[in-house]
Amino acid sequence: MIPQSRRRSVALLAIVVGVLSALAVAMAPTAHADGAIIKGSISDPEDAPIAGVVFTVSNADGFNETTESDAEGAWVVEVPERGTYTIDIDTGTLPEGVTLTDPEKTSLTVTLLSGKKTVVFPTGEGSTGGESTVDRLLQLTVDGLVFGLVIALAGIGLSMIFGTTGLTNFSHGELVTFGAISTLIMNNFFELPFVLAAAAAMLLSALFGAFQDKILWLPLRKKGISLIAMLVVSIGLGIFLRYVYLFFLGGSTQQFREYSGQAGIAIGPVDITPKIIVATVIAIAAITAVLLWLGYSRIGKASRAISDNPALASASGINVERVINVVWAVGAGMAGLSGVLYAMNIGVTWLMGFQILLLVFASVILGGLGTAAGALVGALIVGVLIQVSTLIIPTELKNVGALFIMIVILLFRPQGLLGRSERVG
Amino acid sequence: MDFNLIISQAITQGIGVQAVIFALAAIGLNVHFGYTGLLNFGQAGFLAVGAYGLGVTVTTLGLSFWLGLVVGLGAAVVFALLLGIPTLRLRADYLAIVTIAAAEIIRLTARSVTLRDVFGGSDGINRFANEFYALNPFDSGLALGPINFSRNDLFVVVVGWILVAVACLIVFLSMRAPWGRVLKGIREDEDAVRSLGKNVYSYKLQALVLGGVLGCLGGFVFAVSSQSVQPDNYGTDLTFFAWAALILGGAARVFGPVLGSIIFWFLLVLFDVALSEAVRSGLITFIDGTQVGQIRFWILGLSLMLLMIFRPQGILGDKRELAFDVK
Amino acid sequence: MSSSATTASSARAALQSVPQEPGAAKPDPILVADSVTRTFGGLTAVDVAHFEVQRGAITALIGPNGAGKTTLFNLLTGFDKPDTGEWTFEGRNLAGTSAYKVARIGMVRTFQLTKALSKMSVLDNMRLGAPQQRGESFWTSLLPFTWASQEKEITAKARDLLRHFKLADKEDDFAGSLSGGQRKLLEMARALMVDPDLVMLDEPMAGVNPALKQSLLNHIRELRDDGTTVLFVEHDMDMVRDISDWVVVMGQGRIIAEGPPEQVMMSQAVIDAYLGEHHDTSLDTGEGQ
Repeated sequence: MIPQSRRRSVALLAIVVGVLSALAVAMAPTAHADGAIIKGSISDPEDAPIAGVVFTVSNADGFNETTESDAEGAWVVEVPERGTYTIDIDTGTLPEGVTLTDPEKTSLTVTLLSGKKTVVFPTGEGSTGGESTVDRLLQLTVDGLVFGLVIALAGIGLSMIFGTTGLTNFSHGELVTFGAISTLIMNNFFELPFVLAAAAAMLLSALFGAFQDKILWLPLRKKGISLIAMLVVSIGLGIFLRYVYLFFLGGSTQQFREYSGQAGIAIGPVDITPKIIVATVIAIAAITAVLLWLGYSRIGKASRAISDNPALASASGINVERVINVVWAVGAGMAGLSGVLYAMNIGVTWLMGFQILLLVFASVILGGLGTAAGALVGALIVGVLIQVSTLIIPTELKNVGALFIMIVILLFRPQGLLGRSERVG
Repeated sequence: MDFNLIISQAITQGIGVQAVIFALAAIGLNVHFGYTGLLNFGQAGFLAVGAYGLGVTVTTLGLSFWLGLVVGLGAAVVFALLLGIPTLRLRADYLAIVTIAAAEIIRLTARSVTLRDVFGGSDGINRFANEFYALNPFDSGLALGPINFSRNDLFVVVVGWILVAVACLIVFLSMRAPWGRVLKGIREDEDAVRSLGKNVYSYKLQALVLGGVLGCLGGFVFAVSSQSVQPDNYGTDLTFFAWAALILGGAARVFGPVLGSIIFWFLLVLFDVALSEAVRSGLITFIDGTQVGQIRFWILGLSLMLLMIFRPQGILGDKRELAFDVK
Repeated sequence: MSSSATTASSARAALQSVPQEPGAAKPDPILVADSVTRTFGGLTAVDVAHFEVQRGAITALIGPNGAGKTTLFNLLTGFDKPDTGEWTFEGRNLAGTSAYKVARIGMVRTFQLTKALSKMSVLDNMRLGAPQQRGESFWTSLLPFTWASQEKEITAKARDLLRHFKLADKEDDFAGSLSGGQRKLLEMARALMVDPDLVMLDEPMAGVNPALKQSLLNHIRELRDDGTTVLFVEHDMDMVRDISDWVVVMGQGRIIAEGPPEQVMMSQAVIDAYLGEHHDTSLDTGEGQ
């Protein structure tokens, strides 16, 4: 994963950019309807979208239209005017085993005052028979650990980059998305087998990271620009990258050609798909490899020396800039892998990295900013906490819980669980 | 290509509602970052709190618009205190993370299904500004050369700029007074200021409250102008636009955020409309209409980067005074 | 204003009867500290059993690097929290008081690494120091007539002090453009704007060119003559011998010797503390300060 020359990274990046541009035609974003609309989305208790569910929108004036949910579980109906409408769901079109949270409520009435109205028919959540709290807790814990690994892969890179350069990288999420998008291109467009595609994506991510450092962050460090200014630059970079992704990818979620849908297998009370098991194993392997690398390899040890005391490290003969470049490559590669694994779960979207960025920050802060092991510990805790918290708080607010925890940690133990007790205020 | 349309749109928007909203948000941010050095990346949260305070009071609780304004202002103060009391001891980059998180918490809570009866969920709240528009003294809109405002828009814009003027006056008076001097000292070195007997913590809180209240005014203008409050309008994008406007115009200068807001918005709309026109008239074929809106964010991202790298003091700022050193 | 010679000798006279041992009680102490300790992860930085500073005298605090002098400063002025300890200033218990309150009560310190606010003008630096400014409250700041006249007074006082410290022609320059020594002078002048009863100077001579040193020494003498107590940390032994009325020696966090400058400098304990090398060179013992 060590870049041999800048030219090769540039060439590879040019290929990627060129491919993405070509895909602009293939992946044209869908236009959204103008005028008044009623829309909604339907998903199963695991938040996976359900296609083919039939909805009927009608009103007292004789307007009557039927539509079906699409692959993302989304449906939309244009209505002629504002007013009161009735939306009926045909529960016969729901898949086996999925029922509405309130089976009586197959019909909803809404009043349309603004240009659109969103209607939701909730499914699952306690109405699918006999799942004990312990079972749910176990399932959520496992889900949480898996999610935690995704966060950990991204967080380790973030922590390493912070440790060696002091940069709080607000565009780190875009490295995650980059990995997912690269895999998408390799898998769907170039039709590489998935494993090869993922591996290539990880390599591309690493090169992207090294490239970023070489042409942006290194010159800024040399220029002596302050860390706050670099923080704002990273925010700008993040915005730019996100909307470049959106531009080429479109707004809707894309799935990998392989491994998109899979039936879960039951291990005791826990439901898990084979792809997730494989992903988990890979994640653990990658994390272990990086932790070992940090602990025992020459460059790994050098990076920790730089984190501790850059002047001393430089004075003792370490080529600081080269080590930082490698750290960027490894960190970005890990983030890319995180994107691949995350996308196996939720598909590829332009915002996926940014959406977990705050959670990555929360986990890195919890574990201790600047330590890779801390990033891992923090990530697992955050992942499990988020999932398990849904037992008590509504699913849509689960991220809020994690963010609260982060703020609380910063109040009482700002160096995190494993961080050094350095001045944080 | 309708060049008249492009220019008139750009100029109208450059002094229109959006520019006002961002000017107020950026003025508040200027108090936080420009004068006190607080890295507040959750300014959108203050606008949201003001807008929702107003909307909820009128729509959900059925009370008067003016009471809604008071509630919104109060909510902004409370939010500032809740945010500041625990976090103002933190280092700059930690504060950045916490403020983004706080604003996101506000947004996620406001758009939640659980609290839909109060905040209106992802659709938000509408139709609460009738009492405001009833006061509209203008009989008709304004069509003056390239500038075009409808009757209602004109009212909002005029009131909005009056608010901006008041905000600038407050900033001008307070910053040239000893109070502002303490903030500038804090911006550079808190311990030095402490050693002179000033309660640094209290001053930082005051700055946070002032900047938050000014931002909240922006939320009012936003809510009233569109007669609606929608949670997704108060996300990180809004905060980032305010930052870009502030830095472009010049941090730690009274008119920096105003100038930056006007120019940034003017240029953005100019580019947007020109590109849309080019697409519409067939001059540019490889992108479509929706993608034009996305390119404006490329500009935002690149502007932030280039400004911070090459001209962090913006147009009006003084390089020697900048608050960009790590504390 | 009494002449320098009279006040120096009266200060010396008052201290004549004080036994020359660590923690000696003073006839009229302005600051009394007891059992002050501070450890950093197992390393004891400060362990002072008893410490008293005589009012109206110039006391020097010397010791090798790492002896704990600046840490003691930080603890006494509220910039750091001790593990144990109590101290009173003018009879008021100050333990646990935050830094800004300590300054308001009358104990003002300067910093080893100058904290002249370089992005503000020299004059603004000075004006910042003035206490009880009406304009420092937000609401009154919006009404200039409430603070304008006080601001004039403050500016006049600032200009007066600047003239005294020979910085008058720099009043509109950014403090960052001053030389290192000038910044030290500015910080001292600024501290005086607070009208402190006890001024604690942390290495006021460090980096100051010899021409300015004499001027600085005179300013410190004048401070004492005006009734202000001075406690300063220094490594420049000539200076210490020149102006101090009393010398306190720290080593490894403890006070190891006290006395008039001539006697203390000769004491074996002190020489040992400095490892017997050049008497005006401090040796780094490798411990944190």
